Amino acid sequence: MTSVYLAVVFALFMRSMQFGSYDNMIENSVKLSTGHIQIHKNGYWNDKSINNTFANDESIMKKINSIEEVTTTVPRLESFALASSGNFTKGTLVIGINPSLENKLNELADKIISGEYLSENDGSAVVAEKLAEYLHVTVGDTIILLGQGYHGITAAGAYHIKGILKMPVPEMNKQLVYLSLPETQYLYATGDMVTSYSIILSSNDYLDDSIEKLKSFLDEKEYEVMPWQTMNREMVQAIEGDNAGGIIMLAILYLIIGFGIFGTVMMMTIERKKEFAVLVAIGMQRSKLAWIVFLESLIISSISVIIGIILSIPLLYYLHLNPIPLSGDLAKTLEQFGVEAILPFSIDSYFFFEQAAIVFVLSVLAALYPIFVINKFTVIKSLRD
Amino acid sequence: MSIIKVENLVKIYNSGAVPVTAVDGINVEFEKGEFTSIVGPSGCGKTTFLNMLGGLDEPSKGRIVIDSIDISKLKSKQLIDFRLHNIGFVFQAFNLIPVLTVKENIEFIMQLQGISAEEREKRVDVLLEQVGLLDRKNDRPNKLSGGQQQRVAVARALAAKPKFILADEPTANLDSKSTENLLDIMLKLNKTEETTFIFATHDNRVMKKARRLLVLEDGKIIKDEK
Ligand SMILES: Nc1ncnc2c1ncn2[C@@H]1O[C@H](COP(=O)(O)OP(=O)(O)OP(=O)(O)O)[C@@H](O)[C@H]1O
Ligand SMILES: [Mg+2]
Repeated sequence: MTSVYLAVVFALFMRSMQFGSYDNMIENSVKLSTGHIQIHKNGYWNDKSINNTFANDESIMKKINSIEEVTTTVPRLESFALASSGNFTKGTLVIGINPSLENKLNELADKIISGEYLSENDGSAVVAEKLAEYLHVTVGDTIILLGQGYHGITAAGAYHIKGILKMPVPEMNKQLVYLSLPETQYLYATGDMVTSYSIILSSNDYLDDSIEKLKSFLDEKEYEVMPWQTMNREMVQAIEGDNAGGIIMLAILYLIIGFGIFGTVMMMTIERKKEFAVLVAIGMQRSKLAWIVFLESLIISSISVIIGIILSIPLLYYLHLNPIPLSGDLAKTLEQFGVEAILPFSIDSYFFFEQAAIVFVLSVLAALYPIFVINKFTVIKSLRD
Repeated sequence: MSIIKVENLVKIYNSGAVPVTAVDGINVEFEKGEFTSIVGPSGCGKTTFLNMLGGLDEPSKGRIVIDSIDISKLKSKQLIDFRLHNIGFVFQAFNLIPVLTVKENIEFIMQLQGISAEEREKRVDVLLEQVGLLDRKNDRPNKLSGGQQQRVAVARALAAKPKFILADEPTANLDSKSTENLLDIMLKLNKTEETTFIFATHDNRVMKKARRLLVLEDGKIIKDEK
């Protein structure tokens, strides 16, 4: 039945596109900011104070990295500070990083538009583009950072600007200052403390599993383990909103598909009613006939679903490897969110099963119609037609 | 010995504005090995009568007793099984299953009866031999002429070794040569298979070949000639 396998191809195509773009959004945003999972001192997320920090512990880092699904773990010390240069002052977010680990995670070095990226134990700063513009500073200039350090100590320091970064997310581009981790710890007088470990997984699919594993060795009273969804609610909402729209689209698609399949089955049944009547007249039990016709529909549907999947795989796989580049307003919007402007396709096996199963269920429902007809029709009336 | 006993059979259709009495008190018996033609003007009740004999339609009144079983008392499932084992049907429009081959069409009913493949094969060959279509065994019905299709239908009706065969205007869609041919075959099978044939017809040539003629008018038997 053409209608069934085309239905499968359509549904898979839509779903693949949707999940593909979510993956893209998640991947981009996760890498740029939160990571898949963060570990904080318990209570930090609600009270992001420099006092809510924990000791950077090599042995814990090792344990985290020994989890199979974990790709990288980066320690960070983040806090707010006033940055000033000459007469200009602005609130900034200071992030102390391990430059090489951080670069592995989000290719920060590639975002440098002038000057250089930080090296290990660097004493200089890297400043986001718009912030630098605001402060009227450039590579080689000095900025003063002023904030509140550990347990109320005044944090102050002067930093040579080594590089300017262009961050794809506007919010970040306006307020980020990167220092090396030791330099930041010195600035805020935190000693060996950090505010977070950001963890990147090989795939978002392993999120729940990995959280379980982390919680198994991290003391709950001491640490909080957070998935990116908790830390980036806006994106979760954006995805959920879009997914709801997608589901409505799918529902409409299924309605069309469902009627298509049902129409085909109904036509086939009506066309064969006389045949059925002959069979019952010569001595075939209705129940037996109904069962055979039902099985027949099931076999046809299964074959069609399989054909649909087989047809879809090369197409979606191609589009997965060669995402469609976007242009125009849509592209601009995505770039604002820090998401690459491409239309990627997912080839996650999960939704293949999901879609195939839904179309199959629709076919099974449609196959109930002949059963109903076979149990109800009158032999002589149908013979006469 | 009579195999079918019809007692005071009445069929009234209430579907229209006025009730129609299609069969109006028929009393008749059929013997084993009969070759009987039911004739009469259009609308006299031939089809209605045959449908009730075949258990395809319910009488409004009266009984049909076949081999001492009152078929009007059977439940619908039992009735289907009863048809499977006792009654063969030949339809005016042949009604072979288009997706099955000639052989499969004939074999099908024996499969329903649970007859072994070996026996089915033998029986198909015997029957096709008798209707002269052994060489068309693996063809689909649409490759056959109307006359040939009806011969296959007769073979199918006989496959289950029924007690009797009912045929409503079996030659109405056939030309005169095919009609002649089909009747000769039916007569031959009536002897070799010892099967009772009861058929309704308008066709004079068919009536001539019949050994018993039941004439119906307004749902009543007005003449019974042997
Ligand atoms: N389903 C039905 N509902 C109402 N009336 C019916 C029905 N079937 C048959 N009749 C009526 O019953 C009467 C007998 O019909 P029947 O078909 O048995 O006649 P027939 O002898 O077979 O006619 P023909 O030679 O034209 O085939 C007719 O008056 C017909 O109109
Ligand atoms: Mg008739």
